[in-house]
Amino acid sequence: MSDFFSAFSWVNLRFLMSGLGVTVEVAVVSVILSFIIGSVLGVIRYVKIPYFSQIVGFIIDLIRNLPLLLIIFFTYFALPKVGIHFGVVTSTIFALTIFESAMLAEIIRSGIMAVPKGQLEGALSNGLNFKQALWHIILPQAYKKMIPPIVSQFVSLIKDTSLATIIMLPEVTYRAQIVYAQEPGAIISMFFALAVIYFILNFIISKIGDILDRRMAA
Amino acid sequence: MKSRFQVVVKSMLAASAFALFTGVAATSNVHAADNAKNETYNRIMKTDRMNWGVKGDTKLMGLMNIKTGKLEGFDVEMAKEITKRVNPDAKVVYTQITSGTRVPMLINGNIDAIIATMSVTPDRQKVVDFSQPYFNAGQSILVKKSSKYHNVKELNTPKARVLAVQGSTSIDEIKDFAPKAKVVGLQDYATALTALKAGQGDALTTDNGILYGMAAGSKSLEVRGGTFTKEPYGVAMQKQNPKLVKAVNKAINEIKTDGTYEKMAKKWFGDVKGMDWKELAGE
Amino acid sequence: MISLFQSHAGEFLTGFGWTILSSILALIGSIILGTAFALMEVVPNKVANIIGRIYIEIVRNIPLLVITMFFYVVIANVIKISGFAAGTFGLTLYTSAFIAETVRAGINAVPKGQLEGAMSNGLSWWQGMRYVVLPQAFKLVIPPLGNQFINLIKNSSVLAFVAGLDLMYQANQISQATFDTFGPFIIVGIFYLILTMPLSYYMRYLENRLEKKGGRA
Repeated sequence: MSDFFSAFSWVNLRFLMSGLGVTVEVAVVSVILSFIIGSVLGVIRYVKIPYFSQIVGFIIDLIRNLPLLLIIFFTYFALPKVGIHFGVVTSTIFALTIFESAMLAEIIRSGIMAVPKGQLEGALSNGLNFKQALWHIILPQAYKKMIPPIVSQFVSLIKDTSLATIIMLPEVTYRAQIVYAQEPGAIISMFFALAVIYFILNFIISKIGDILDRRMAA
Repeated sequence: MKSRFQVVVKSMLAASAFALFTGVAATSNVHAADNAKNETYNRIMKTDRMNWGVKGDTKLMGLMNIKTGKLEGFDVEMAKEITKRVNPDAKVVYTQITSGTRVPMLINGNIDAIIATMSVTPDRQKVVDFSQPYFNAGQSILVKKSSKYHNVKELNTPKARVLAVQGSTSIDEIKDFAPKAKVVGLQDYATALTALKAGQGDALTTDNGILYGMAAGSKSLEVRGGTFTKEPYGVAMQKQNPKLVKAVNKAINEIKTDGTYEKMAKKWFGDVKGMDWKELAGE
Repeated sequence: MISLFQSHAGEFLTGFGWTILSSILALIGSIILGTAFALMEVVPNKVANIIGRIYIEIVRNIPLLVITMFFYVVIANVIKISGFAAGTFGLTLYTSAFIAETVRAGINAVPKGQLEGAMSNGLSWWQGMRYVVLPQAFKLVIPPLGNQFINLIKNSSVLAFVAGLDLMYQANQISQATFDTFGPFIIVGIFYLILTMPLSYYMRYLENRLEKKGGRA
């Protein structure tokens, strides 16, 4: 038991916390990028531009159906082959963004579909053009409806950053492994710390999502 | 029924499109490296940066220090000393790699050179170039002190489970020396070490240079049975870079003759019980 | 690519087999466990409700990798389990939280009057659940359950971290033996798509059909 508490030394905690910094950095950038790209892709899929939307939809399906771990490997090893040299942080952000954009595109598309057709027709008959109707009428409603799945996708994204330990991203899970490899007595404490860290992080996000959801619904 | 048929067709289309897409990407790059003579060397000279792939989970050789968050170890210092002699103006950059990721990263140009407990082997020489050896390691086994296994021969039974790290030479060698044992390949040494302690294997096999570092950090583990292979470590570089290989070889010679090597070896290996650093470091 | 597959066909197919086996075992396990926790959340007992909620909230918010590693390096100190077993247990536990959420949503979607009606006809709460509510709930949640299964197959790649012999693990092994960082991953990518693509299109087809039915009713 003394091992359990002594493992939470200042040194170990600081080491973990700087890993948490990496986790959060990677997650925040990927969340923003994938939200933007996912929205664009979702709209493209919805508006049905001949051929183009189908091809985009098909690529989204491909990405959605592959393990993220595989995509992380690809971006890390494949991009340099075409002359793009990313560091491990950028590489992880790239992989997460590709994967999560595809997941979000699907969520956003179904959000748009759930907005009653009459709304679009009404907006168009009131003199708005299609772009305006999409931007001012359809999308705001779609986002409102889709807050819960979008938030849970972001929670997934935070958890998924841990997979980048496979390419040595020095995030919090990787750092916990380094600690318990050097201090065998710290192993249970480190898992406990990981559980608490991820739980708090994701719980906060879920709660923010709930508040947003309630406020939007009101 | 039509839609189920569509499901199947669409899926097959998906799989083949994926193969085509990625296949094209793969083949289009084969030629890129051919005519790039001394590309790495020129890059190091021009950018005044030398990016080294080093280990982050290997005590004594390349380990991330929990206190400082920085990498440290014999390999890490060696990288610094070599860089100083290749291009005195160059900034040393470290990228953490594992046994599994280091070769692709070098070939892809993510890093300029590898100094990460990497043995010189004929198979690897087909894809990368090596410097002269800078460290004479050999494969051995690490077990719990309570273990009934004393050497690699005893591990040659279907009951034995031997832990190794994917992408290391030891994972191939152990299959020759203990063909009957079950080999468990893990991603990195931190996981392999924890797995040994958790009883996921009866022994962990790799070079003694790495094993001594693990044994030094844990009272319940020990290196047993001596070495059963010779694993000289070299610096790995991309092919088509003769200038860099020459410069690195020259640097290693200087480090060995001017006393730097001895100082580093004493610093990292001098206190390790059961390890004769002179034997490991010598020619 | 074809020659790479031919020379390592055994390994790829072994990996394919272990991936399928792990996914199916974890699916069965997590449906049982997930339904149990969903029931804990709806049973008229405050303590059970809270335990169910806590389990789901904790497991949902922790990365699968952390859970799997916990089994592999901590639980293994107590009970001997292989990497494959550790990975499959991790998958089961992790997925069960999501399935619990899905099944609970299904139970809640069945009109309350049905259970009340069953109980006023002399059935106990459990019997009403078992014979009236659950069968309808499961029918409603087939598409989301299918999507969970797709996630599960993709997530089974976490076995690669614990030497679980699955597709990703084999791809790593082959890639390191051949120094080819493209081919093996493309080939296992195709294997994953063979499993996930048909399921995913079939689930979309089911969803559309359910929606149309719902629209007519």
